[in-house]
Amino acid sequence: MNILYFLICCSILMALIFLAAFFWASKTGQHDDVYTPGVRILLDDEPENENSEEDHFSN
Amino acid sequence: MKNYGLRNQKHKYLVRQFKRNQMENQNNTVLKSVCFHCGEDLPKLKYQLDDKDFCCAGCKGVYKILSENNLCNYYAYNDNPGQRFNSESRLEYLDEEVIITQLIDYRQASSSIITFYVPAIHCSSCIWLLEHLYKINTAIFSSRIDFLKKQVTINFNHEEISLRQLVETLIHIGYEPLISLQDVVKQNQNTDNKSLIVKIAVAGFLMGNVMLFSFPEYFGLSGFEKQFQDLFGWLNLVFAIPAAFYCGRDYFISAITSLKHKHINLDTPLALIIAVLFFRTAFEVIFKTGPGFADTLTGLVFLLLMGKWLRQRTYHHISFDRDYRSYFPIAVTVIIEGKEKPIAINEVKIGDRLWIRNGELVPADAILMKGDARMDMSFVTGEAEPVHKVLGEIIYAGGRQAGEAIELEVIKPVSQSYLTGLWNNENYKSDKSRETFNDSVAKYFSLAVFVIAFASAGYWAYTGDTHRAWSAFTAVIIVACPCVLALSTPFTLSAILSVFDKKGFYIKNTDAVEALAKCDTIIFDKTGTLTSSDTAEISFKGSLTYEEKILLSSLVRNSTHPMSRHILQKLNPDKFYTVQNFLEIPGKGLSGKINGLAVYAGNLSLLPKQVNHADERGVHIIIDGQYMGVFSVNQQWRPDLNKLMAGLKNSFKLLLLSGDTSKDEPILKTIFPADAKLKFKQSPHEKLSTVLALQQNKACVLMIGDGLNDAGALKQSNFGIALTDNINNFTPGCDAILKGSSLNLLPAFIQLSKDGLKIIKTSFAIAVAYNCVGVYFAVQGTLYPLVAAVLMPVSTITIICFTTFTTGFFARKRKLK
Repeated sequence: MNILYFLICCSILMALIFLAAFFWASKTGQHDDVYTPGVRILLDDEPENENSEEDHFSN
Repeated sequence: MKNYGLRNQKHKYLVRQFKRNQMENQNNTVLKSVCFHCGEDLPKLKYQLDDKDFCCAGCKGVYKILSENNLCNYYAYNDNPGQRFNSESRLEYLDEEVIITQLIDYRQASSSIITFYVPAIHCSSCIWLLEHLYKINTAIFSSRIDFLKKQVTINFNHEEISLRQLVETLIHIGYEPLISLQDVVKQNQNTDNKSLIVKIAVAGFLMGNVMLFSFPEYFGLSGFEKQFQDLFGWLNLVFAIPAAFYCGRDYFISAITSLKHKHINLDTPLALIIAVLFFRTAFEVIFKTGPGFADTLTGLVFLLLMGKWLRQRTYHHISFDRDYRSYFPIAVTVIIEGKEKPIAINEVKIGDRLWIRNGELVPADAILMKGDARMDMSFVTGEAEPVHKVLGEIIYAGGRQAGEAIELEVIKPVSQSYLTGLWNNENYKSDKSRETFNDSVAKYFSLAVFVIAFASAGYWAYTGDTHRAWSAFTAVIIVACPCVLALSTPFTLSAILSVFDKKGFYIKNTDAVEALAKCDTIIFDKTGTLTSSDTAEISFKGSLTYEEKILLSSLVRNSTHPMSRHILQKLNPDKFYTVQNFLEIPGKGLSGKINGLAVYAGNLSLLPKQVNHADERGVHIIIDGQYMGVFSVNQQWRPDLNKLMAGLKNSFKLLLLSGDTSKDEPILKTIFPADAKLKFKQSPHEKLSTVLALQQNKACVLMIGDGLNDAGALKQSNFGIALTDNINNFTPGCDAILKGSSLNLLPAFIQLSKDGLKIIKTSFAIAVAYNCVGVYFAVQGTLYPLVAAVLMPVSTITIICFTTFTTGFFARKRKLK
């Protein structure tokens, strides 16, 4: 049953990774605005403008 | 397609203008007779472009820009998404380097990032349009909206487009950003909230893991599993360290500071419990005497932080701490060596010559040097009529010039003027600490817990069982946790807050709800509070023939003054004549020649001949030398005021403090109960001192006002409500913002806040009952960690269900749901 020691370590490591992911998301402002992206996704892009999908903002 | 965006989603933060809601109802029935852009009713003579009807040149102009730039999708997401606007802002100051650097968030080689607050943002079409700004001007790289905060962040090339041109572009499409001094002063209130969320995340992580490792213990370990017992114990201890000293740090800090002030607040027993739980866990794990209480500790910290987070919940789009800075513009024109130059308001010095144009605000106390000053002081003093000032007279900051441009010499810096002095008044600093129910109970609660803990420890020590004495002592402190007390308040009050905000009553924070419940005296302001500025009605005294009506409409059509608009709307003509020699004298009126007839519309001083008229106010009309009559604005009382007063008079002392003259006293006497005090011609300082005097007589004052003249009183009162017809408009600093249309619900709001306090007290009683059961085991020193781990969540869940259910019940009872 010594394998349990390894599994426990794995479970803690996994949890830590998720915690770190949350920190990263929070730090990069992904929780700042939780409303607008939901609306934005419903807006259509116009096909004739090829460049319009480019996200100029995140550079 | 049309109902795509936000229309169907009733988000609680989405504040719609009352007017727009009405508009939408109309749209369903008569679709054709409204403006394609803004949805307002069309006048008989409408503007047309591309088979579309518009109500005014402004709306048509916006449509033209959008259609030229291929942006007509704007109209696809919502019907009539635009808003009628009338911007006369002067933007020269946006060319000043000093001001630009203050406004801009970030600047790099050729690109700049700036964030604007745009009050007009209200629907998905706005999001679509403002995020496609790059189509209008290629110098704009990108733009992004934060809908709830009504902010747009724009990344643009500042070498190709200046900040001023950028703002002009926004204004042209009907989205004028609000640039005020308070925006320049950057606020970072968000950092506080963010660190709390991180703490909650850590606490949740710790709690989950500790629960996982505690489970085997709950179900009992078989001999084979015993080898893991130590490991689980140590892991739990390791997880308990950050729970106690990182997540729970604020409780220790708060407890220590309150003890230094010889005062016990609710955080004191909480800090003690966290410490006791931690040390007992450490003790048990290290000496292998038991499994420890790490599960209770992490669960407790997690729940406490959740409660704290609920308390800190704020409204993004409403600012409660506004002061004069957000009312004042950020720049003013100064005359230096005969030349006009815009400078930032905080750089205005004594002796500077200010140049104030029609509609602009005087930012500092100053002496009139040149020109004819007609000051609209309504926001400062509450007086409805513009005041005429002569040369050499002092003009106080906050007045708005209605007339020709004037020159002023500054005699006091902005921060020390008569008006801004209201905010810096030292009165506010004293006696504003409110003692909440929690704090007052915490004292006795902590005391009782200590007495029981020491008594049981003393008893077991007396019988010689020191081990039991130690475990009884710690167990009592753990079980008698005021956790429920710390949670029931935020849960109840935040439930009440969300009931309120659906009805247009926005309270600053949960603590303020308690203050509202305690009020026993209500002070009303008159102008803008009992009367409504939005629904002003125009009436005409005199008579006009059909032909004269056309003549007059042709004249006023050329002016953008709100009064001209009202008159045009009232007359609603079906044709116009051309006007020759049109002249608009700001603040006075209009004149012109139509079909050979001289037409004048304006106040008495403009008219070519002496007219003796009792009513000095309003727009007087002269056509071809003949006096025709006068248009005047009727003050509109808000509906159902009698009902409101009837609902309040039994339980509250009512007062009226008005800055205006006593001309409305007879009407007000019929509205207010007989014993109510009505005071007129009150200066802002007199209002403030009335509130102070009442408070010295142990009254708990609720003040309802709207303008800057109430700002001092609002701040000093125990609970200040700013009344507004448009949430986006300026409101003075206050505890709550109330929509004008919800004023009649005030008695119900106050009742519900009182019910809220009752709920908190009842849940406290339930918590005490739970604690008695726990303490019964604890004093015997036989409390097993499992009992503590079960008892705490069970009592917490009971309380949360209880508060949520009862709040809903009371809200329905008060007809607020």
